[in-house]
Amino acid sequence: MTATATAREGVFASDPDSRPGPLVVSGLTVSYGRAPALIGVDLAIAPGSMTAIVGPNGAGKSTLLKAVIGVAPVVAGDIRVFGETLARVRDRVAYVPQRASVDWDFPARVIDVVTMGLYRELGPFGFVRRRHREAAMAHLDRVGMADFAQRQIGQLSGGQQQRVFLARALAQKADLYLLDEPLAGVDAATERAVVAVLHGLRAEGACIVAVHHDLATLRDYFDHVALINRRLVAQGPTAETLTAENLQRTYGGLLAGTQIGRIEIAYAARER
Amino acid sequence: MLDEIFSPQFVQLSLPPILIGALAAIACALPGNFLVLRRQALIGDAISHVVLPGIVVAFLLTGRVSTWPMMIGATVAALVAAILIEAIRRVGRMEPGAAMGVVFTALFAFGVLLLEQSGSRNVHLDVEHALYGNLESLIWLDANGWGSLFDARALAGLPPELPRLAIVAALIATATALFWRPLAISTFDESYAQSIGLPTRLIAFALVAAAAVAAVAAFEAVGSIIVIAMFVCPPAAARLMTDRLGAQVAWSLLFAVISAVAGYVIAGYGPLWFGLPDAVSAAGMIATISGVILAAACLWGPRRLGAGSAA
Repeated sequence: MTATATAREGVFASDPDSRPGPLVVSGLTVSYGRAPALIGVDLAIAPGSMTAIVGPNGAGKSTLLKAVIGVAPVVAGDIRVFGETLARVRDRVAYVPQRASVDWDFPARVIDVVTMGLYRELGPFGFVRRRHREAAMAHLDRVGMADFAQRQIGQLSGGQQQRVFLARALAQKADLYLLDEPLAGVDAATERAVVAVLHGLRAEGACIVAVHHDLATLRDYFDHVALINRRLVAQGPTAETLTAENLQRTYGGLLAGTQIGRIEIAYAARER
Repeated sequence: MLDEIFSPQFVQLSLPPILIGALAAIACALPGNFLVLRRQALIGDAISHVVLPGIVVAFLLTGRVSTWPMMIGATVAALVAAILIEAIRRVGRMEPGAAMGVVFTALFAFGVLLLEQSGSRNVHLDVEHALYGNLESLIWLDANGWGSLFDARALAGLPPELPRLAIVAALIATATALFWRPLAISTFDESYAQSIGLPTRLIAFALVAAAAVAAVAAFEAVGSIIVIAMFVCPPAAARLMTDRLGAQVAWSLLFAVISAVAGYVIAGYGPLWFGLPDAVSAAGMIATISGVILAAACLWGPRRLGAGSAA
């Protein structure tokens, strides 16, 4: 089912009569050296969708996002963002790296980090004016962090740091948001806040792609899912794609059958 | 003390070395801020070792000891080292500290071999000079008081290190101000910087190149001890004073200038105050003062680790 669905969506996305899809990846192979991190991945993200990238550790989930923003070494394949190469539509894409990828001891306040999101607008020499500061504060407010604007970023909890990263992405006013593990290791309040903001963005017409690791919340948060383990295993609407068989194929022996069974029972119970 | 400042001897003997020391400290501390934040502080150390083969090769090519070829040779060597460090880090997937360690030890050793084999060791290129510089000898014989600062003929006799370091410090300060925002973003979050289209590799390389130019210009005048100390100590102490990048850079410049001025004055006059006959090495004292400032910031800085969360 997935193979045909991919092909159909891919054709749909590159159809000149319709608007090009937010993100179409074809035959993507990425390698940092010896073994490729991703092999021949085809992916078509539907407009206005919220897609989870799911797979075991080392499956290439982060690498997929990094390939899209042009950081990972692409060996083969093609990536189209809104039908163009990234360089031409960079203003429409916002990337949220993993929280652990930066040194939070850096001398910056919360507001300074959010202002970084205005770089495309300000350029290297633009002066930060009052309206820029107000915009940054509004984005902070949206993630519930306005009271922390003057705090040093190292003083925040992990969840608060994650929300600051999200606010920085909001400042870019993008149409496609790529988030690397936005819900990893965050507190419940942050999880609620982040999910609410992402759903709000989707309602405004933006498209969201996020690496996600919690299978239990997948169906509640995401309408689409792409299962990968170096190769694409399956993609499509969450309800149809997140089957025991596909999970088994994605995680192999890593996810014990009982675990998958438990998740299925949990879903079944919720749907009843 | 005030009498001393107004005496012609002060302008002749003390003012040029103090200014040169301060400019060298500024030129090194500025890029040092970003190197320390990128955990590349060791690169200052690496560069000042790599300068040796550069100087020897320049001597071999030109056959004489003159400033400009040696400066160029040293800069080229520093840039080669920077490229090698980057290459080893990426190709060999090595931790940056290890890559720097390998490159600067190997190139320094190569410089020593060259020096021995080429016969250039007969030339005045001794180790002591390289370590401590010759700050005390950078005097302005044409001066006869503060008025000489407005006397074109006397100014022509200034030690050439002074205008050279002034130009280098001004260039580095201008570049830092111009590229402040890209530099700050890519230092904090490299992958994000790439995602918004910043040329992060070019920025990283330009930073190392600026550090190399600062190190080479300062090295000849003040020696490698000050260079290494100024890359690390003022920025590290400044980080403990504030949580804002701009303020950190300002503090680091203040600490750099205090180290240079106080270090020189204490080295030159301090022993006399204690009734000792000889002055001590200015370079050593300047580096020591910067270390003392860092220690004080560690003990009392408002933003030292553990103090921040209470605020």
